[in-house]
Amino acid sequence: MSAPDSTRLMHLRVWRGSTRVEGFYQTYEVPFEEGMSVLDALRWIRARRDSSLAIRYSCINANACRTCMALVDGVVEYTCTARLNESCTTVEPLPTRPVIRDLVTDTAPADEKQR
Amino acid sequence: MTHLSTDVLVVGAGGAGMYAAIAAAREGSSVLLLDKNLIGRGGATIMAQMTVAAAIGHEEPDDWVLHLEDTLEAGRGICNEPLSAMVCQRGPERILEMDRWGTRWAREDGHIKQVGAPGHRRKRCCYVDFLSTGPAVAGTLRRQVSGMAHVRRLSNIAVIEICVAAGHVRGAVALDLSTGSLLTIAARTVILAAGGLTKIFRRNSASANMGGEAYWLALEAGAELVDMEFVQFFPIAHLAPRLVGMDPIMWDPFRYKLGGKLLNGNFQEFIHRYGGQDEGRYTAARDLASYAILKEVEAGRGSPHGGVYLDFRHVPDDSLREAFGPVIDRLLKNGIDLTRVPIEVAPTAHYHMGGIAVNDRMETRVAGLFAAGEAVGGANGANRLSGNAITEALVFGERAGFFAAKAAMDTDVDWSPAYVQRARAEFSELRQHKEKGLGPAALQNSIQDLMWENAGPFRSGKNLERALPALHGFHDQLQDLAIAHGDIFNLDLQDWYELKAMLRSSEAVVMGALNRAESRGAHQRLDFPQTIAEFERNQLLSLEDGTMTSRWTSVVRSGMPST
Repeated sequence: MSAPDSTRLMHLRVWRGSTRVEGFYQTYEVPFEEGMSVLDALRWIRARRDSSLAIRYSCINANACRTCMALVDGVVEYTCTARLNESCTTVEPLPTRPVIRDLVTDTAPADEKQR
Repeated sequence: MTHLSTDVLVVGAGGAGMYAAIAAAREGSSVLLLDKNLIGRGGATIMAQMTVAAAIGHEEPDDWVLHLEDTLEAGRGICNEPLSAMVCQRGPERILEMDRWGTRWAREDGHIKQVGAPGHRRKRCCYVDFLSTGPAVAGTLRRQVSGMAHVRRLSNIAVIEICVAAGHVRGAVALDLSTGSLLTIAARTVILAAGGLTKIFRRNSASANMGGEAYWLALEAGAELVDMEFVQFFPIAHLAPRLVGMDPIMWDPFRYKLGGKLLNGNFQEFIHRYGGQDEGRYTAARDLASYAILKEVEAGRGSPHGGVYLDFRHVPDDSLREAFGPVIDRLLKNGIDLTRVPIEVAPTAHYHMGGIAVNDRMETRVAGLFAAGEAVGGANGANRLSGNAITEALVFGERAGFFAAKAAMDTDVDWSPAYVQRARAEFSELRQHKEKGLGPAALQNSIQDLMWENAGPFRSGKNLERALPALHGFHDQLQDLAIAHGDIFNLDLQDWYELKAMLRSSEAVVMGALNRAESRGAHQRLDFPQTIAEFERNQLLSLEDGTMTSRWTSVVRSGMPST
């Protein structure tokens, strides 16, 4: 996922937790590639650093499935189109939806769930 | 453990799965529709940025038989002709039904607008608008299926095993990602509509859930796969600069409309040196273009990121804007100004022609197990025409739903907890894995590298033979992989099963490619560059006592599909 010559590192500060009150922020160091999306960084973290991070996405890059929404530096964004900023990017779950875990919120229609 | 019961279980809720659910419910069946992601959002349909081919004859006189001839020609002699005929004959009614359901096909003078595409001799490709066709098709079906009382939809459910007893499907076991527990489902019939396998390659245009799950589930249930060696590689997928918010295969319409020069790393045209004609419009065939690009890279004449340049600098700004206005803006947002810099492109895995072997009722050799969509093999033979993928999703979905519902009427529910013993034991073991170390997501990346390097666009016996033991080595690591603790939305659990699917699918591609000692369509062997008449046959793969086994069979020639 990262270019072979990438040596620049940047930081991603990610909200973790299963309930709003017990959440905390975990900061990851991620190799930075020009133009990299927030989702690229989250997927890199899952594959290389911490697979326990819960995220939701499907189409990865096309911005077609529209399932990867989160709060990026305080703004609701698709993580697949939001770019990393060069200092530190903060990613949090959508504020208006119940948290399932970490960045995954309950976005499925009510009748698509078991309970 | 939660247990559900249904007449028809549909695995995968892309275009094919949603249509199958609608069709089965129309026949009076109760339907359970499952997806690993959210219903109607995962899979390939929603990503389709191009067109949908069907001989509705709105743009100019057309006939489904002509569409069939074009499809068979592209398939280089090995299409399952009744399946191809089914797609071409029934495509028009599906497109028109979608129109009534509110898919806003682009119109001109009151009729549905249809455009041409390579390999289609008539203008028969419908679209919504550039970048919106897939989302519009998926949205229409999502609305339609939501309105059907007999279809129950469940999101974030990954099926991990199809239960079979006494030669008949009995149901399935699934992982409920939101709780991290298993779910069992008794079903009279099951439809596999979980898409293709392009995720097994490092360079791919796949979504997260295209790791070959349908093929793995089918094989393990006892079904056969056909022509698994045929992976469609798209020659000029976007490589660099990093482009977000667009499908990497987006450059095709640009090259048709405007022409783009393909240049190697030294900014020289090169296609003509491989027997192709470029003429500033880049009209070379897909396989030749892929070959030429990879050969330039191999010779050290690639672009900085390992592809070649696609150059539009000779096209005036107003022509670019006139053809692709909104897209030009989106490109500029990505820092890409086509009038000033060439972009880098390279071949990428895009679609799978091979797949689950079915008869003309979409049923596998396992009674009660059906397939639909890209998961099905055979309709496109050795190469798929642009525009045929969504058509086959809709047509196969409808047919599979119809026949699975009919079969369900003649089948009793038979369920026993014994059917899930193996899966439960395996899951308990999985939960005992260590927490730290190499995990399934990381190993998936290793498979992607291995498959790209050894079973990608250009293959040789030597490389394929190297890949098989490497895959078996990965398989041996399955029990030692680290799995994060925790139940709720623990993606490691899902990744682990997906990894199993990727390994089985990869093995099928490699074995198929090794046995087919010729080059035909999308399957190119450097050590056997010719197409050989005796290979105008289909290769069937199955698991016999856990070992993948191959046999050859004659191509199913014309004959009308069942009604």
